[in-house]
Amino acid sequence: MDRRAFLQTSSLSLAAIGVGLSPWSRSAAQGAPIKIGLMAPLTGVVASGGREMVEGTQFFLEQNKNQIAGRKVELIIEDDGSNPDVSLQKARRLVEQSNVHFLIGDLLANTGLAVSNYVKGTGTPYFIPIIAVDDLTQRQRIKNVIRVAGYSASAFTHPLGDWALKQGYKRFVTISQDYSFGHEQCGGFVQTFTEGGGEIVQQFWHPLNTSDFSPYLGQIADMKVDAVFAMETGADATRFIRQYADFGLKRKFPLIGAMNTTDQAVIRTLGAECEGIISPAHFAEGSDNPVTQKFVKEYNEKYKKMPSLYGFSMYSGIMWIAQALEKIGGKVEDRDAFIDSVMKTELTNSPLGKSVKLDSYGNPIYDVYIRKVVKGPGGKFWNVPTETYPSVSQFWKYDPETYLKQPTYSRDFQGIKKKG
Amino acid sequence: MSVMQANLVKTTAPAQRLSGGRMLMIGAAVVIAVAMLPLVLSTYQIGLATEILIFGILAMSIDILAGFAGRTSLGHGAIFGTSTYVVVYTVSVVGLSPALGLLLGVLAATGVAAIFALLAVRTSGVYFLLLTLALGMIVWGICLRWTPVTGGENGLRGDVRSGILLEPRIFFWMVLAIVAVLSFAIWRFVRSPFGLTLRGIRDSESRMRSLGYNVPLHLFIGFLVSGFFAGIAGGIYAFFNNFVSPSTVALTQSVEGLLMMIVGGVGTLFGSFVGATAIIILENIVSSYTERWQSVLGLAFIVVMIFAPEGIVGKVRAFLDRGRKSKA
Repeated sequence: MDRRAFLQTSSLSLAAIGVGLSPWSRSAAQGAPIKIGLMAPLTGVVASGGREMVEGTQFFLEQNKNQIAGRKVELIIEDDGSNPDVSLQKARRLVEQSNVHFLIGDLLANTGLAVSNYVKGTGTPYFIPIIAVDDLTQRQRIKNVIRVAGYSASAFTHPLGDWALKQGYKRFVTISQDYSFGHEQCGGFVQTFTEGGGEIVQQFWHPLNTSDFSPYLGQIADMKVDAVFAMETGADATRFIRQYADFGLKRKFPLIGAMNTTDQAVIRTLGAECEGIISPAHFAEGSDNPVTQKFVKEYNEKYKKMPSLYGFSMYSGIMWIAQALEKIGGKVEDRDAFIDSVMKTELTNSPLGKSVKLDSYGNPIYDVYIRKVVKGPGGKFWNVPTETYPSVSQFWKYDPETYLKQPTYSRDFQGIKKKG
Repeated sequence: MSVMQANLVKTTAPAQRLSGGRMLMIGAAVVIAVAMLPLVLSTYQIGLATEILIFGILAMSIDILAGFAGRTSLGHGAIFGTSTYVVVYTVSVVGLSPALGLLLGVLAATGVAAIFALLAVRTSGVYFLLLTLALGMIVWGICLRWTPVTGGENGLRGDVRSGILLEPRIFFWMVLAIVAVLSFAIWRFVRSPFGLTLRGIRDSESRMRSLGYNVPLHLFIGFLVSGFFAGIAGGIYAFFNNFVSPSTVALTQSVEGLLMMIVGGVGTLFGSFVGATAIIILENIVSSYTERWQSVLGLAFIVVMIFAPEGIVGKVRAFLDRGRKSKA
C-alpha cells in the first residue's frame, strides 16, 4: 500500500514540475531570449554578499533594457544556499531543465569548485566573477570556466608583498582565515615579501566565524614586527578591525589587509577604526577616474550604498560577456565561438575606467591599486588608490610554467623562501 | 518464547498486515512502474528521481533504528558522508576502480557505524540523540580540518561516474536496481527474528533483558546493519555528484534524512521514499520561486506534524484501517 502511495505522490508531483516548466524548454532559435543562469547565495552564511551579486547583475541588465546584442535576456536566478551540494543541484536544474545558455555567479570557493566539476562534463560556459580559487585558472583549468572580471586569490597580494618591502617593512605577522581563500591570499603576500628579504615572524590561522580575536591580538601586541597582514572577509573582517582598534594596536602597527578586508561590504558598517588600512585591488570605489565615479554615483542612487566587490564584479562580468556576444552577433548557442570571443574580448567602459584583457588561462590582467581607507565626501569611508602596479599577471613576475610547478598555497606551503 | 514472539507480532501489527507474498508483488509492481519513469522525464528530473532513491535509502537506514529499535540517530549523515568521502578519495586521488572504491566506502561507513554503536548503544532517548549528534560533528570536524586528505572546505572532486553510467537513464536504472534489492533486504531484516528482538527492545528493554537477550549486542548489530545501508547510499551519492565536501557529512545531512523518515512515517520503512520525494521536490520547486524557501519547508513540517504526526504513510494507513473497520 505504501509503495502505491509513494508511486502516486511521486509521479503526480514529478508530472506537476514537468507541466510547470516544459513550455520554456527547447526554444533556442535565434530571436529567442538569451537565457542566463545566475547562481548566488541568497541564504546561508554569505547571503548578504549574494544579494549584492544579484543587484550588480540586474543593475547592468536594467541599464541595457534587458538586451544583449539585440536579443532579449531572460535572467533566471537560483539560490545556491552557500552550500556546494545545493549549488550542484541548482546548476543541474539551470542547465538541464531551464536550458540556460551559460551560468554565472556563486560566491564561496566550494560552490564554485562543485559547479566547475559539473560543467566540465556538460561543456556549459560558466563565468566566475567572484570565485577566486587560484587553481581554476591555473593548475586545474577547465576550458569553459572563465574568470571574467574576477581575480585569482593571490594575484593582488603578490604586488602587495613588493609594496611592503618598498615601504621599508622588514618583519610581518600574518593572520588569516583558515581556508583556501585565506591560504592563497596570504601565500601570495608571504612569497613575494620573503623572497625580497622580508621576514614572517609568525602566521596565525583562525577558523571562519571567529567572534573573539583577543588570543591572537594579545600575542601580536608583544611582537617585534613592523606591520600586520590580515586576510579577513565578511563579519570576521568587521570584528577583526574593531577589535584591532580596541586593543590599541591601530596606533602601534600599520594594518595591511587583503582586498576583502576593506571591501565596501565591510567598511560601510565601520567608523574611524577602519581609517588608514592598506589593501590591494583592481577596483577602488574612491578612485578619481570619472568612469568609476559615474558608476559609484549611479549605484549609490539606485541601491543607497556604495558598490562592493560583489556588486562591481558581477556588473563588470556580465558587461564583459555582453561585449563578447556583441562581437559574434549574439550567437550564444555556438559555445566554442562564444567562449573564444569572451577570451579575446578586451573589456572596455567598465567601472574600472580602463580596458582589461584575459590571459591565456582565462584570468584578467589588471592594473592593481594599492588602496587606503579614507573618509570620503559625506563622511563615508572608502578605498582610495595611492599607487598603481600596471598590468599585473596572476603569475606576478614569475614564468607561468615554473610558477605552476610550485604547489597550490596552503597552510603548509606559503612560498616562504628558505634562508640559504 | 513462542508466546513472546506472538506478543511482539501483535504490537507491531501494521507492518505485518499484508502477507509477505502480497507485499512482494506490490513491491515488484512499484519497481517496474518507477523503472518506466525515465521514459517520460527530462534529464534533470531523472537526476532528481535518482537523488530521491539515494536519500530514500538513507532515510530507511535511519528508520531501522528509529522505527524498530526506538533509537533516533543524528549521526547517519556522517556515516553516509564518510562513504562518499572514501569513494571520491579512493577513485580520484588513489586511482582505484569505482567498484573497489564503493566497496571500501561501504566498509569505512560500517566501521564508523561500529564506533558510533560501541559508544551509543548503552544509551537511549535524548542521550542517544545527543551522543550520535556529537559523534557526527566529530566526523564533520575531521573532514573540515584534515585538509591534505579531505580538501578541507573545498572538498574533493573527481570523475567517479564514468563510461556507460554517464547516461542518466542507465544510472537511474542501476540505482533503482540496487535500491530495490536494498529495500527488500531491509524489509526482510526488520521482519526477521532478529528484527523482532529489536522491536522487543524498543517496546521494553528490561523485559528483553530479563528474557535473556543481550540487549547491547542486539542494538550494536542493528546499528551496524543500519550504518551499512547508509554507507551504500553514501557511496552511490559519490557516483551521483562526483564531488564531496563537508556539507555532505554535516549535521544538516543527518537532519534531512531524519526529516524525510519522519515525514514519510516512522516505522513504515517505505514511507522513507515518500518523505524523500516530498522533501526533495518541495525544496526544488519552492527554492526557485522564493529565497524564503526554508521558511516554507519549515511551515510544511509543522503542518505535517500537527495533522499527520504519524507521517504521510502512517496517515494513509490509518485512513485505510478506519475504512476497513467501518466496513466490517
